[in-house]
Amino acid sequence: MATQHSRNAARLMMSPSVILLLGWMLIPLSMTIFFSFQFYNLLQPGQETFAGLTNYRFFLTDPSFFDAIRNTLVLVGGVLVITVVGGIALALLLSQPIWGQGIVRVLVIAPFFVMPTVSALVWKNMFLNPVNGLFAHLANGLGLQPIDFFGNYPLASIIGIVSWQWLSFSTLIIFTAIQSLDSEQLEAAEMDGASSLNRFIYIILPHLARAITVVILIQTIFLLSIFAEILVTTNGGPGTATTNLTYLVYIQSLLQFDVGGGSAGGVIAIILANIVAIFLMRMIGKNLDI
Amino acid sequence: MGHISLNQVSKSFGDVNVIPPLNLEINDGEFVVFVGPSGCGKSTLLRLIAGLEDVSDGKILIDGTDATITPPAKRGLSMVFQSYALYPHMSVRKNIAFPLKMAGVEKEEATRRVEAAAKVLNLTEYLNRRPGQLSGGQRQRVAIGRAIVREPKAFLFDEPLSNLDAALRVNMRIEITELHRDLTTTMIYVTHDQVEAMTMADKIVVLNEGRIEQVGSPLKLYREPANLFVAGFIGSPRMNFITGAAAEKQGAHTLGIRPEHLTVSNSAGEWTGKVGVAEHLGSDTFLRIHLDDGSTITARGDGDFEAEHGTTVWLSPDAEKFHRFDASGMRLN
Repeated sequence: MATQHSRNAARLMMSPSVILLLGWMLIPLSMTIFFSFQFYNLLQPGQETFAGLTNYRFFLTDPSFFDAIRNTLVLVGGVLVITVVGGIALALLLSQPIWGQGIVRVLVIAPFFVMPTVSALVWKNMFLNPVNGLFAHLANGLGLQPIDFFGNYPLASIIGIVSWQWLSFSTLIIFTAIQSLDSEQLEAAEMDGASSLNRFIYIILPHLARAITVVILIQTIFLLSIFAEILVTTNGGPGTATTNLTYLVYIQSLLQFDVGGGSAGGVIAIILANIVAIFLMRMIGKNLDI
Repeated sequence: MGHISLNQVSKSFGDVNVIPPLNLEINDGEFVVFVGPSGCGKSTLLRLIAGLEDVSDGKILIDGTDATITPPAKRGLSMVFQSYALYPHMSVRKNIAFPLKMAGVEKEEATRRVEAAAKVLNLTEYLNRRPGQLSGGQRQRVAIGRAIVREPKAFLFDEPLSNLDAALRVNMRIEITELHRDLTTTMIYVTHDQVEAMTMADKIVVLNEGRIEQVGSPLKLYREPANLFVAGFIGSPRMNFITGAAAEKQGAHTLGIRPEHLTVSNSAGEWTGKVGVAEHLGSDTFLRIHLDDGSTITARGDGDFEAEHGTTVWLSPDAEKFHRFDASGMRLN
């Protein structure tokens, strides 16, 4: 359709933004890779030397590394399960005609607009706190022992907070998908003798497959790098119970001032994220081109 | 068996009464067409019979048993929707087999019935395709296939041909009529197209604003329309209505004469006027004529009739084919 001339013009017009974006990505990446091969500690500035693979060996043999990998996977997996299942359930509820529909829908979307640090602090101090928290008051009211959530179930607590934030997102995406379902299809299935459960399994769920795929892909990208919620609640503890890969890199480079080790961790995180991405694309990518 | 009887059935949405109480008998094996302008309640009536809408008052009997509150699946009816409502993620085979799967029919039996239905509808080659890979006519046939595998008491069609192009529509019209001949199952067919109604029906039900205007065979409705609405709705081009002196001479308030019952001449006749628009179809020539008394009339001439804008022509009505209506629009005999 486009002529040779307009194609050339388009390339010329686009090149500044492409070059800027490429530089934005490539410069930090190459610096990270460069630092990962250096002994570079912030406490001894100006004494950087070539380190070979020492940083990598150090990072990979660190016992917290395997804890961090496990925590990252549990965190991502747990949040995905809760948000996808909860999102479908909420979206189904929201698509029913109810009184005050507009307000309810806005309320459901609201948590996504609260910044992560704020929502984590609100949860930590107002809900989960074993002395002042709402849940503690509830437990006391029922004559039960209040639970110290961050002490006893630290990772589960963080999964809960992050799920609360992302549930709005998945509900929103799945809800719009439900609205696009042709009501005649449901009526046809009803005429064909499908019960409401069968209509959900055979008609609604397949229709939602693409939306669910999008939710899983986008959420995985963001959940692999959860940081703020951990920093303001548990600081990665107790021990390494809530340290994920992102947080481990932070500890290495900014708490132990070891920029080289942190960079090596960063490179490993990039590789792992790409492995996860490839698996995800393989597993659910086929849903995207029906 | 497929005898459906509506007894004082009415439907309201909130305060709006879309169907005032009506009675209708649909006999076993009949091809009944509900026809009327859009918004006349014909689709609502079909959905009431299907069970997709609740009846506000009255009773629906299917084969003598009260089905007023029976859920749709248990009524033993199947429906073909305007949008076909095929399941896009299932192959044609799975689409057609879906009602059988829901009914818990054994796999081998289901396969046999699906393949039999596919053979009847010329779909055998397409069984493994998805609906998205089929043309409009093929999708329509899949929807019909999904309806026939259940071996229902009656088929309900909701404007099934309105999404097809004109040529395909004529073909599908014939295919559905032939299917009815083969299956001899009751069929209820909703359309706004009076040509479909005339060509397919054993019995036409003309609806207007939720009321039944007339029930009868296509030719009965054409020859003896009960009122002005039916007279104007059935027949194409529509009937001419004449009021005033010419009508009173025949003892009627309104006189109806179909375009095909007017003889057009270049030389002599009872009425005279100038041609406004001449539509030459080859087989016929439809003329829109402005009469000298100021009224406008449509007439059908022979395909070879020569006329263009401004030509003066003479018209002679066939006096035996006049339809006479009184002041309230009812037929006078």
